[in-house]
This record gives sequence, C-alpha cells and structure tokens, in this order.
Amino acid sequence: MPNLTIDGKKIEVPAGTTIIQAADKLGIDIPRYCYHPALPVAGNCRICMVEVEKQAKLQIACYTPVAEGMVVKTTSPKVLEARKTVLEFLLVNHPVDCPVCDQAGECKLQDYYMEHGQYDSRLADVKVKKEKKAFSIGPTVMLDQERCILCTRCVRFADNITKTSEFGVFDRGDHSQLDVYPGKQLDNKYSGNVVDICPVGALTDKDFRFKCRVWYLDKTNSICPGCSMGCNITVEWDKTRPHQHKKARVMRLKPRLNPDVNDYWMCDVGRYDYHFIDENRIQYPQLKDELISWGKAIGTLAQTIKPLQDAGRMDRIGIIASAKLTNEDLFVIRKLFKDTLKISQVDFRVGEKPGDSDNFLIKADKNPNTAGALAILGDSQPDAQAIIAKAKQGQIDLLYVFGHDLVKLFGKDTVEQIYKNVKLFVFQCSNINDTCGYAHLILPSSVYAEKEGTFTNCQQRVQRIWPAFFPLGDSKGDWEILSLLSEQLGAPIKYRGSQEVFKDIAGTMSAFSQMSYEKIADQGMVLKK
Amino acid sequence: MENSNPNQQRRLELEKYFDARGPFAYLRLVQMKRAWKQSNRRELTWWESTYIPSVVSGIWLTSKHFFHNLSLHILHVFGLFKDVPAAVTFQYPEKPRPLALRSRTRHRLTKREDGSPRCVACMMCETVCPARCIEITAAEHPDPNIEKYPAEFILDLGKCVYCGFCVEVCPEDAIRMDTGKLNIAEYSRENMIYDKKRLMEE
Repeated sequence: MPNLTIDGKKIEVPAGTTIIQAADKLGIDIPRYCYHPALPVAGNCRICMVEVEKQAKLQIACYTPVAEGMVVKTTSPKVLEARKTVLEFLLVNHPVDCPVCDQAGECKLQDYYMEHGQYDSRLADVKVKKEKKAFSIGPTVMLDQERCILCTRCVRFADNITKTSEFGVFDRGDHSQLDVYPGKQLDNKYSGNVVDICPVGALTDKDFRFKCRVWYLDKTNSICPGCSMGCNITVEWDKTRPHQHKKARVMRLKPRLNPDVNDYWMCDVGRYDYHFIDENRIQYPQLKDELISWGKAIGTLAQTIKPLQDAGRMDRIGIIASAKLTNEDLFVIRKLFKDTLKISQVDFRVGEKPGDSDNFLIKADKNPNTAGALAILGDSQPDAQAIIAKAKQGQIDLLYVFGHDLVKLFGKDTVEQIYKNVKLFVFQCSNINDTCGYAHLILPSSVYAEKEGTFTNCQQRVQRIWPAFFPLGDSKGDWEILSLLSEQLGAPIKYRGSQEVFKDIAGTMSAFSQMSYEKIADQGMVLKK
Repeated sequence: MENSNPNQQRRLELEKYFDARGPFAYLRLVQMKRAWKQSNRRELTWWESTYIPSVVSGIWLTSKHFFHNLSLHILHVFGLFKDVPAAVTFQYPEKPRPLALRSRTRHRLTKREDGSPRCVACMMCETVCPARCIEITAAEHPDPNIEKYPAEFILDLGKCVYCGFCVEVCPEDAIRMDTGKLNIAEYSRENMIYDKKRLMEE
C-alpha cells in the first residue's frame, strides 16, 4: 500500500491506483475530459497534468500509478500554465457557439476556461470547419463534430459498456473527427448515456434539445419507476419558464451514481419515459362523468363499504394493489384493508406479461416495487387474477383497483362485465387510460415525482424517492387518499407524512427493522432476510 | 429612564399600534412614518399663519426663474452667453423632444439579410431580465449552421423596466432599444405584449 502526498495531504492507497483516483479520495479536484471512473483510461486530453516531484516532465494524473513516497502538486504554477495551454489547444477549433449549445451551463470547457483559461485568443487562422454541423446519428442523439474535443469517452462507452462499438475517430491531425461507423446508427438501449458522459456539447439529446436552458433546472433525487432494477436518477424540472415547454414540469431524467445498482448509467426506456408526469393526467375525482370533490368521492366510497362491513360481507370487497406503489402506500393498504377491515382479497399480482430484459440494467419485471409489495402484502391467496375473475362473475360488490390498466391486461369484455356486475368499481390512477371509461369512481393519485416514499428493487434494496413538486390538480398521494377513507370509516389511520409511515413500517415489519429515511439516504439499504 | 424622552415614548406607542411585522409589514412601516411626521408637526407662529411670507417667497422664486430665462433668451439673440442654457418649452405631442443617441427606447429584433431574426434563442436576455418580461420559445432551425431560432419571442412592455440588460447581454446583437419610440400607450394590457412579428417591424 503506497503512501503518497498530494498538495501536502497524505494518503495511503492500494497499489495500482492512479493519481487522479487518489486525489478524488482526498477531495482534490483535478480537471478532466477523457477520464471517466467507469471507463478505461485513454489519457488523450492532457488537461489532468500534475507535477510529480523528482520527475522532469508533468505527468497525466489519470494514467500515472501512485508510488511509495510520491509527492504530487496539482496547483503549482507549472501545472496551472499547462492547463491553460492545453485548454487553448482544445479550443483552437472549437466553434464557441455556446449561445445555441445545450451543454452551456454544464460544459466542462466553459467551467475550466473560467477557472484556468481566461486567455485572449491568439489564433490568426480560420477555425477548421467540419462538413456538417449538427446531424442525427441515431434515434436519440445529435452529433456536432465541431464541438467535439475527441476525448473518446463515447467511443470507450460503446466499446466497453454496451459493447456495440458504434463510434470511432476518423482521419488525422486537425481533420480528425468523431463519427459513427458508416452504415451504423447509435441505436443501442443505453444510447442516452453518451450525452451524459460527453464533457462538451458534441453529443446532445434530441429529447431535451432546445427545450430548456440547463440553468433553469431544479434537481430532485429519485428512483426510476420503469422496471424493478430501480436505477437511481435525478429528476430535472423547471417551473419558472412554463412558456418554453407547454407547461410541462419535468424536462429530463439523468442517472445518479449508485455503484451497487446502476453505477453511472440508465437505459433509454427509463430516461425518456417521464412524459406521463405532466401529460394525460387525471386531475380531479370523477363519479360517472361528473367531476366531484374529494369529500364526496371518499363519502361515496365509505357509503359502499359501511353496509358491507355491518353485514360482515367483507368477501364481497376486492382490492387490487399495484407493485408500482411505494412501500408506504402498500403498508397503508395492508393496514386499512387487511388489518382494520379484515378484507382477505387484497393482492397486487395481476399477471403482467414480462417485458424485454438484458443482463445489464433492464429487467423483465416492469414494476419498481415488486419486492416491496411481496414483503408487505405477502403472496396470499386469492391473487389479483382470481379477484378479477370473481368480480366478472358478480361475486364482488366493491372493486378497488390501484393503477392497473385492466383493459390492456384482461381485455375489453372482462372490464365491461366488471362494470356491469360490480356495484362500485373504484379506479385510483395517475394517468388516463382505457380502464377509466369503465370505472364508476375515478380517484386521481400523484405520480412518483410528486411523492415521498421508498421502492424496493429486485436486489431487495430499499431506495428513497423525493417529491420534486406539488401534485398536479387535485391529485393526492395514494396513502393520503386511504388515510382520508379510513377517517370516514371511523378507524382513522393518520400520519403526518411519509416518514411517519415508514417509521411504522420499520417498527412493525421485521424485514424493514432498523431502517429509517436518514439511514436509507440517497444510496439505499438492503432488506433483511 | 430610556422612556423619559417624549419622542422615544411616542415612538414606542406607535410601534405598539403599527406592528411592523407580519404581512404588509412594509406598508405598515410607511404608515407609521407618516403618522410620526404628522404628530411631530411644528405649530405655526402668528406671522407664519398669515401666509404672507410663503406667498412672497413663492412669487420671488417664480419671478427669479422668469427673469433669469427671459434675460438669457434676449442675450442668446445677440449671441451672448450661448453656453448658458435657458429653459425651453417643447410642444410635446406635436413636436417630440430630440432624444440622445444612446437613450433606451422601445425594443426591436434585428434581422439577417434574408429577413429572419438574428436571434438564436440563447435565452440570455430572458435569464438576465429583472422584470421577467421576455418569453422565448426555442426551436430547431432547418439550417444546421444556425441550429436554433426563436419560434416565438414575446416581450411584455407592460412589465419591462427599460433597464437595457437584454441589449447588453445579447451575444448576437439581435435585440436593440433604438427605435426611438417611447410613447407606448394602449387601451389594454394585451396590446402591450409584443410578439416576434411586432418586434421585427420597425
């Protein structure tokens, strides 16, 4: 284990560590373009040069392994001069079209120029122009070769992470340019990640392009609800300039580092599946084509449950929960329906067909919280499919469905029969779908970006989601709706917030014991066996 | 001890009555100051209460300006004291006053040679605008060398404070405040909202 000193700070690191990794451990920021912790080292941008004592030349921090007794200086005059010079070279043919560049505001060229550059241009020649300016290289990404500084991060990403090898650097000298191989397109399932790792504006996201300036964005940590992998993400949203994007709030999703789950990456399906947060939302409670207040909606529901409760006919109530709900929602479902009302027909397994999957991040189970639902609701009988079958035959008076598009799952005829045979078909969902047309009572629930809670992913890891903004329209969080209902039924289940629900979960369920929001934090905690 | 000062006492009474906290605290503070001033008004003496000194000093000031300007205008006629300005009356709506070259007037969007706006929708003016009166919607330009253009550029003159930051920040010289138009009056707020087309007309 070599000992070394960086900027006067001592550290001991395993042999084979590079200087930049040791500096990162110490919290010393060395500028970088081509170096990315998840990719092999290329060492071509030369901005990370540092001074190592007893060595004549400056060394690149990303490729120089540490040695015993090494003394590294990252801010000596020689190093600062080198950074400035390297930056001048990198910017020689850069078009400096920051006004039209989407990267502006989060661009490393801008950042390092302000920090280390600040020189006056000495270029007497005309900048080398590329044949094409911005052009499409695939369904999701645009390439601008003039802005590219040839750090080859995207090349190494395609070679090593997705192993699809779409990118290459062609020609030589100042004619060299990044491009996709002839006849190839950047159309792998993780293509959006090249935009994240591109330190400049060469690769831009078609979905985000020109939609919003990055300095308007607010960021909220969250978990991707697209599949059971539960990739850690940041929801980036803007409410200050609604005219720019037709009043949509969420602008884009970005992956968030979690070495145990998704590392630095996320798949394209998850990345671009955020439009449902703002589009096509159910905003107000609805009783048979009539918009009503929450008081009336909950009252109608309670009036249906009470006679059944008095007559002791709880077998005529069916609850179909969903693995898209948070642990907190599922716990309140369990507490209200299973423990308080003693309803046995509570389940979430509707028998969805498994989606596509691979051996990296995409999982076949498209629900973010199947593990949590199993832990909280258990795999009791009858399952949701049996409940649906019973409802179809008219053996159920109240069917309460959370979020499942039944028309898609069971077909139009089944749902039509449920509509006819069930006295009150309650559908609690965030977005409008075909099933809404058959529901007697529609309750608007909020989406994951508006909720606080936790999801349990396929690795049994409990991860937190944070609310980015208030629910749209009159919609409410799922457990808050159930809390209102419990008050109407005379068995109030009251919590001041999701944190209190989670405290209750940790207190009552052994799998969640010793967990708390503080401990889960932004990296998650694994369920106990 | 500290309350022995009558002014201090009155101040404390006022503060008790006008709570300078909570909503509209600022308005209440203004109210308080006004009341403070009124309660401190000096009693007029007998001579002052005849109003003769005020009338005389008023006539004196007006006459001073009148004769000063009159004599200067007469001297100007004979070519004397040309560098000392004398007051002039402009017949404003009929004859507008000449504007300084750098005065900030109504905005306009400059054009390229083909008549399209020079603006590339970089949102700099929108970001810097302290009144939040600029609303730009960006879109992809068919020419990849231009890349970005404003699909809509809305400037609400009802909100604008004429600070000129938008002109200063523009990297493309696309917005200027040199139309010389200042007499912007409308019968509705909607008419004060200028869109791209209106801003590009001279």
